Amino acid sequence: MISPASTLNGAAAATAASTADASNISAVAAPERGGRAQYTSLDVKLSGVGRAFGSRTVLRDVSLQIAPGEVLAILGSSGCGKSTLLRAVGGLDTGNTGEILINGSPVQRYDERTAVGFQEPRLLPWRSIHKNVSLGLPRTLSKSEGRERVDELLELVGLHDRASLRPREISGGMAQRASLARALARRPGVLLLDEPFGALDALTRLKMQDLLLDLHAQTGTTVLLVTHDVDEALQLADRVLLLGQDPEDPDPAEGATIARLLSVPGERPRDRASAELAALRGELFSGLGVDSHSH
Amino acid sequence: MTDTLDSPTAAQPADGAARPTERRTRRGVPGGGLLIGAIVPVLLLGLWWLVTEVTGTFTAIQLPAPQAVLTAGIGLFESGDLFEHVGISLQRVLIGFGIGAALGLALGSLLGLSSIADKLLNPTVGAFRAVPSLAWVPLLLLWVGIGEDSKVILIAIGAFFPVFTAIHSALRHVDAQLVEAGRAFGFHGIRLLGTVQLPAVVPSVFSGLRLGLAQAWLFLVAAELLAAAEGLGFLLTESQNNGRTDRLLLAIVLLALLGKLTDTLLGVLERKALKTWA
Ligand SMILES: Nc1ncnc2c1ncn2[C@@H]1O[C@H](COP(=O)(O)OP(=O)(O)OP(=O)(O)O)[C@@H](O)[C@H]1O
Ligand SMILES: [Mg+2]
Repeated sequence: MISPASTLNGAAAATAASTADASNISAVAAPERGGRAQYTSLDVKLSGVGRAFGSRTVLRDVSLQIAPGEVLAILGSSGCGKSTLLRAVGGLDTGNTGEILINGSPVQRYDERTAVGFQEPRLLPWRSIHKNVSLGLPRTLSKSEGRERVDELLELVGLHDRASLRPREISGGMAQRASLARALARRPGVLLLDEPFGALDALTRLKMQDLLLDLHAQTGTTVLLVTHDVDEALQLADRVLLLGQDPEDPDPAEGATIARLLSVPGERPRDRASAELAALRGELFSGLGVDSHSH
Repeated sequence: MTDTLDSPTAAQPADGAARPTERRTRRGVPGGGLLIGAIVPVLLLGLWWLVTEVTGTFTAIQLPAPQAVLTAGIGLFESGDLFEHVGISLQRVLIGFGIGAALGLALGSLLGLSSIADKLLNPTVGAFRAVPSLAWVPLLLLWVGIGEDSKVILIAIGAFFPVFTAIHSALRHVDAQLVEAGRAFGFHGIRLLGTVQLPAVVPSVFSGLRLGLAQAWLFLVAAELLAAAEGLGFLLTESQNNGRTDRLLLAIVLLALLGKLTDTLLGVLERKALKTWA
């Protein structure tokens, strides 16, 4: 739907340098197509991550390794701790136990290597879309470089002709796209998306999913995507993490942990009707406590 | 402010649905809003003229005719007294309001942003706010004396609380999600304040400032009624004592005009700020 070719040309040289000195780490450059900008995708390692609020345990024993450039979908029933897990990875919440490493080093408070796309767009109402997206730029960029990058991103998410409008003057889907562009502005090694399409209608949602796949193909960044939607997870993700009670555990403790971790076969975009996906869908639904035959 | 008609931002009204209708009225009759608003005052003026000059229902002591008030004004203007009264009152209000508003903004920001400062100071400020501000008058007179200072301090007290309360509660209620988004994108401290928190409270701060200004005029009159040798409040008491109801009415009209004028000026600033920040 949105032609991404040539949109990121100008900044390619700028990031080439930063990727070069990152070659000793497990960085993966995005597939080069037409001189596009390179992102650095980073790996994420969770060991024994848990989180309790007061005496209530929400998460426990989450251990998992996410490869650079991987798309991991996080599913689970409402309130099971999906956002909590994502916030811990982004350093928005630091009250967790266990260890979270990004690219081998512990997560910092509001870690700069990550960027968050919140469930709500969270745009500043008094700033234009262009200026809102600029908020996500890294501090090291010069003004003109920054403006150029924001222009490219707005082009990429199809908002270049809305750049001067305020958030209340664009639709909800556009606001979500602006929010996504803001998250991409710092070229995060790990992109954290918390139900970014949850509030959208079905058609806009499908378009946004396509856009995300486009962006991922271009940038190759690691993506952690929280979603409510099993089909969305199966369409977008390399692996699906289901948070909940461990089915093997006869006497489960309080709090959610890894209930299932499934690899999704096939290249994207995937055929929604394939038998393999149907089997995975059934397994995820039953893991979520939903009778799959009723769907 | 009809200039919004052809400015490029006219298509983005700050207050949603209210402005377009307003603009349509203006397009129908140039200055239509002003004309409609003038109907009642003109009728009142006519009625005033009728019951004093024409029917003579009221004596000149009870209610002098409009012309008499105008004549009194001209008389005071020619003697230079009018300028003196208006000047000193305006000066007191502006200085007192300036001090009170500045302190209100400073303390309100501090308590609104730092929860430690809030816990430490808010009960105290709350206790002072609970004192009806005029109750300070005797103490002020005792400590500071009947000079300019006590009047300016009283006005500052009056202006302080609305401004303090507005910015304090607005900062406490800035959308936590926006603040978190700001932090997530690397903003903290003074840059976070300038990027997210202050812009978010601009509208409330202006309504606080306008309330504070109204309070400043209120306290000016109180201060000048109690102890003063010049100023509009003094003109009120003096005229009352001399039975010069014409001058008394003149002082009231002047207070109304000055209050409205200063509020309008602040309103112009507010509109400019809202165009940028809201
Ligand atoms: N700051 C907090 N203080 C106390 N409890 C919290 C806090 N944040 C989250 N919780 C609790 O942790 C649990 C998990 O919350 P979380 O937001 O991670 O759920 P979720 O899986 O994202 O749910 P949803 O799908 O509805 O968004 C909830 O029960 C919530 O009440
Ligand atoms: Mg959530």
